[in-house]
Amino acid sequence: MSKKKLLIVILVLLAGGLSYLKVQANNEPARQKITIVGSTALQPLAQQVALEFQKEYKGAQVNVQGGGSGTGLSQIQEKTVDIGNSDIFAENKEGIDAKKLTDHKVAVVGLAPVLNKDIGLKNLTSKQLADIFTGKITNWKEIGGPDLKITVINRAQGSGSRQTFEEAVLNGKKAVNAQEQDSNGTVRKIVANTPGAISYLAFGYINDELQAANIDSVAPTAKNVATNKWKIWSYEHMYTNGKLNKVTKAYLDYILSDEVQNGTLRDAGYVSTKQMKVYKDKDGNVHAKKS
Amino acid sequence: MKQKYEELLGRSITGISITIICILVFSILYFVGAKGISMFVSGDGSIVDFLTGTQWDPGDGLVGALPMLVTSLMVTLTSALIASPLALILAIYVSEVSESKLAQFIQPLIEVLVGIPSVVYGLLGLEVFVPMVRNAFGGTGFSILTGVMVLTLMILPTVTSLMIDGLKAVPKHYRTASLALGATQLQTINRIVLKAARPALLTAIIFGMTRAFGEALAVQMVIGNVLVMPGSLLSQGSTLTSTLTMGIGNTILGTLPNNALWSLALVLLIMALFFNILIRLVGRGGDN
Repeated sequence: MSKKKLLIVILVLLAGGLSYLKVQANNEPARQKITIVGSTALQPLAQQVALEFQKEYKGAQVNVQGGGSGTGLSQIQEKTVDIGNSDIFAENKEGIDAKKLTDHKVAVVGLAPVLNKDIGLKNLTSKQLADIFTGKITNWKEIGGPDLKITVINRAQGSGSRQTFEEAVLNGKKAVNAQEQDSNGTVRKIVANTPGAISYLAFGYINDELQAANIDSVAPTAKNVATNKWKIWSYEHMYTNGKLNKVTKAYLDYILSDEVQNGTLRDAGYVSTKQMKVYKDKDGNVHAKKS
Repeated sequence: MKQKYEELLGRSITGISITIICILVFSILYFVGAKGISMFVSGDGSIVDFLTGTQWDPGDGLVGALPMLVTSLMVTLTSALIASPLALILAIYVSEVSESKLAQFIQPLIEVLVGIPSVVYGLLGLEVFVPMVRNAFGGTGFSILTGVMVLTLMILPTVTSLMIDGLKAVPKHYRTASLALGATQLQTINRIVLKAARPALLTAIIFGMTRAFGEALAVQMVIGNVLVMPGSLLSQGSTLTSTLTMGIGNTILGTLPNNALWSLALVLLIMALFFNILIRLVGRGGDN
């Protein structure tokens, strides 16, 4: 390459770089772009709401990523994102200083045990469920099902869904060492295809490929979650850190608006916090809501 | 004058690039190293427990990584054991035996396979191999064997491609000389070509093993992710990498569960270095 050509290339690169910087600098004060990271259970809702929000709020760009509740909490603690999503209270995650964070409970998610359809059982007692997940019961015939080995599929250690499920079902006992899967989608697929498989899923992921089980004859419905008759549920938290910028605030207002809470949110299988007749504190104690 | 200028420019560009690479490599080594030993330094987990313990639940202070180490080595070695002979046969066919159009077609085809992202192999495993193993052996179909099948498929193209290159690098006159001395083609391949190409062939195998050892996603999708000591090829297991990818999103920087994962990363890094050095040593063997 000749000297002249090189010079031109360098100049073009420099000019490009400078103009990019300039664009960045111009955008900085308005700050129309926000990033949301964390819980995969909340991700589909956050994404759907982001799409609708961007139509309403011109010029805003909302980037929603997964990564897990732990990622959401640690990223918001370090202020590298605008909102950190979590299924668990920040107080309950080791290494997180919850006092620094502001909690926005945007939804409630219910989890239900799901069974492979060929097992044929539609109802489990809470004791049976606990015994299955602690490894005391290992064959479906022990509880009136077919002579088939029980394949437990658990969620990853430390994941929000697992914590919620074990808190409500296992009463502090340790889960049996079983297959672990990372995402709701994979769990659904495996339970649907594996004979004798049992796991648990967020309501929104349950479809007719698998059998959602009643517990003590209570059906996994939004109505039963609202009254705490169905006990396996948790809040979906959106945590913020420090002062909110305009777009973040607008997004949170939007997701908490009646329009979203009664529309998008319900359609996606979540329960609105406004529907709830009870509330749960960070230690898992349930109280009646004062009206 | 002009030449001097260009030389200066060239030197500074290469100099800067090398410096950047060096800084990158050393910061990665330092970062993973520092994070990886922090669990042992702080005393939250002992290195003996880490290397010999069989219980992994860092949330409860249990950091035995032996089951993962064993599983990782098991899938790596088994898939290399299956893939290598197949790759060798393919490579010999393409480079030595066939003179047809087919052979010219095979190599580009294999190179396309090398470039397929691992998640695609994982999906293939989930959709094809898992039901296959389930139907053949019962159980869930998720097993170390399924992982081995996916990995074999994944590294086969890599190993084959490298082996073909290795065989083709053997000078043509070796072969003609051997044939001229009256050796059959089989004798020529067996005694001359394979011998001359041995370092390259071994390098190809080790390279495949490196890829198998480091593969996370495809394995995670089919191996079952159960943190127990593997009893057989049909039991479910969890490799170092799959445990890492499963856990990293659910842990907080600076806590024991997170540091324990970094220690796994350190083990992976050390193994990668080990494989690298092995490739060097084997490669050097050819020069003599």
